[in-house]
Amino acid sequence: MTTTAKPPVEERKRPWPAVNEDNRFFWDGIAVGELRIQKCNECETLIHPPRPHCAGCGSFDPGYVVSSGIGTVYSYVVFHAPLAPPFVEPYSIAVVELAEGTRIVSQIIGIPPSEVRVGMPVALEFVEVEPGLTLPLFRPTES
Amino acid sequence: MHSELSGKAAIVGIGQTEFSKKSGRSELRLAVEAVKAAIADAGLEPSDIEGLTTFSLDTNPEIDVARAMGIPELKFMSRIHYGGGAACAVVHQAAMAVLTGTAKYVVVYRAFNERSGRRFGAGQRNQPTAADAEQVAMSWLLPFGLVTPASWVAMFARRYMHQFGATSEDFGRVSVVARKHAANNPNAWFYGKPITLEDHQNSPWIVDPLHLLDCCQESDGGVALVVTTAERARDLPQRPAYISAAAQGAAEDQHMMTSYYRPDEKVTALPEMGLVAKQLYETSGLTPDDINAAVIYDHFTPFVLPQLEAFGFCGRGEAKDFIRDGNLEIGGRLPLNTHGGQLGEAYIHGVNGVLEGVRQVRGTSSNQVDGLSNILVTAGTGVPTSGLILSRQ
Repeated sequence: MTTTAKPPVEERKRPWPAVNEDNRFFWDGIAVGELRIQKCNECETLIHPPRPHCAGCGSFDPGYVVSSGIGTVYSYVVFHAPLAPPFVEPYSIAVVELAEGTRIVSQIIGIPPSEVRVGMPVALEFVEVEPGLTLPLFRPTES
Repeated sequence: MHSELSGKAAIVGIGQTEFSKKSGRSELRLAVEAVKAAIADAGLEPSDIEGLTTFSLDTNPEIDVARAMGIPELKFMSRIHYGGGAACAVVHQAAMAVLTGTAKYVVVYRAFNERSGRRFGAGQRNQPTAADAEQVAMSWLLPFGLVTPASWVAMFARRYMHQFGATSEDFGRVSVVARKHAANNPNAWFYGKPITLEDHQNSPWIVDPLHLLDCCQESDGGVALVVTTAERARDLPQRPAYISAAAQGAAEDQHMMTSYYRPDEKVTALPEMGLVAKQLYETSGLTPDDINAAVIYDHFTPFVLPQLEAFGFCGRGEAKDFIRDGNLEIGGRLPLNTHGGQLGEAYIHGVNGVLEGVRQVRGTSSNQVDGLSNILVTAGTGVPTSGLILSRQ
C-alpha cells in the first residue's frame, strides 16, 4: 500500500480526519498499513474510539494492538441523500465489529450496497480514497 | 427522591412565531418576537425578566435579546449543548434558577432559520478547522461518508430492526400519526395534510432504512416560554403548567449521535434517555401509568420506539406492537405529539414540543387530551438529552 503526498487543504474532497495527540497513533498506523486499536498499557483493556485516559484503571499510558482486520457487519446504512460530494450515492457505511471485540465505523466495498447484511463477515482493506487519504475499509469475505 | 424541584416551578407563558420555510426575518428578530409573545402571555413586562437560557447552538446572544426586548438587567444566563438534547434541559435550568432565588422570571428561547439558513440535515462536509475533541470525534465518521444526522440515526435503526423485527412500516406509523395530528393543528406546517402508510413507504430513501417521511422537517421559526416559581405562578393569568420533574442525562460511553460502541444490549436502548426517565419518575413520584400523553422527540421516527420503551410504556423491543395497537392516537393509551411533532408541526429543536405540553396542561391544544393530568416531554435522542413532566395541580 502506498499513499501519495498530502495535497493542500483546498484540494481535499472528503472531510479529512482532525489529528491530535489522542488519535495520532491510529492515523500513523494507517500510514504503515496497520489498523490500530487503543490498548491500555496498564490493564490491557481495548477501547475504540480512543481516550487520553483509561476510565477502567486510571492509567494515562495508552498503547495499542494491531487488529487482525477480521470482523462482521454490526449495522449498516445505505446513503442516498442529500447528495454529498465527493461520495457517490448510493454507498454503504457500516459499523464493523472486529474480532478483537471493538467496533469501528467504515465503508463496505466490493458489493452493491443493497447486498450488505448484518452479520456479514468482512475483512480489512486499505484504500487510498483520494490522493493522500488512505482509509481502512472492509470487503465481504463470503459471497 | 429529589422532590426539591417537583411541582415548585411552572411554565406561565408561551410564545412563538409562525412556522415556515422562509421567515424573511433575522434569527434575532424571530427570537425577540417569540420572547415578546411569551412575556405578554404570562402577563408580565420585559423588566420582570431576570434570566435567559437557550441552546449553545442558538445564534442569538442573551444580551442581544435583552437589548432588543428592553430587559434591563440579567442575573442568570445559561446555555445547553448537544443540539436538540437541550430542549427540556433549558427548562430545567430555568426552574433551578427561579427555585434558588437567582432570578424571579426566566425566559427560555430557541429561534432559527433552519430551512432558509443553515440546514442541519445537510450534514458536515467541511475540512476540520482544529483538532479539538469534537472534531477528532467527528473524524471517526466523516471521512467514511457518515456525514448527516439521518445517517447517524439510520445506523441505530438498522440494528434495532435486526434485534427486534421492527420494520420500516413500524417507523412509518409514527410519521402517520404525527401528520394526522398536524393536520388538525392550524399552527402546523402540514396543517390539513395527513399522509398514509403508503405515502411513507413510497417516499424516497434518505439513508436506508430511513425514508424521507421518517425525517422531521426543516423549519424557520422561534419559540419561547416563561418559567417562575409555583407561588408566583398562582398570581398570573394563565393556568400554570407545573414542572413535576425535569432532568438531563448522558450515559456511559456517550457519543454525539453515534454511541455505537456500547455493550450490545445497550446500543439501541438509549441509556441516556433511560437515565432521564429514572430521574423524572423518581423526582415526580409518578409512574408510566400516570402519564396521559407524550411529546416524544421525533427528529427521526426510529428513535421514538426505544423512547417508549425507556419510559416503561411497553417492554424492550415491544414498541412496534404498542404502536400497531393504536396507543398513540387521540383516545389511545398515550396520545403522541398532539401538535404534529417535528414531523408535522415544525422543527424548532424540540422546544415547540414543550409549548405543546403547556397547551395540553392548559386545555388549549388543537388535539386536546380529555382529563389530562400529566404529560411527558422528551428532548433530542442519540445525544445527551433531557426530559420534563408537566402537570396540572
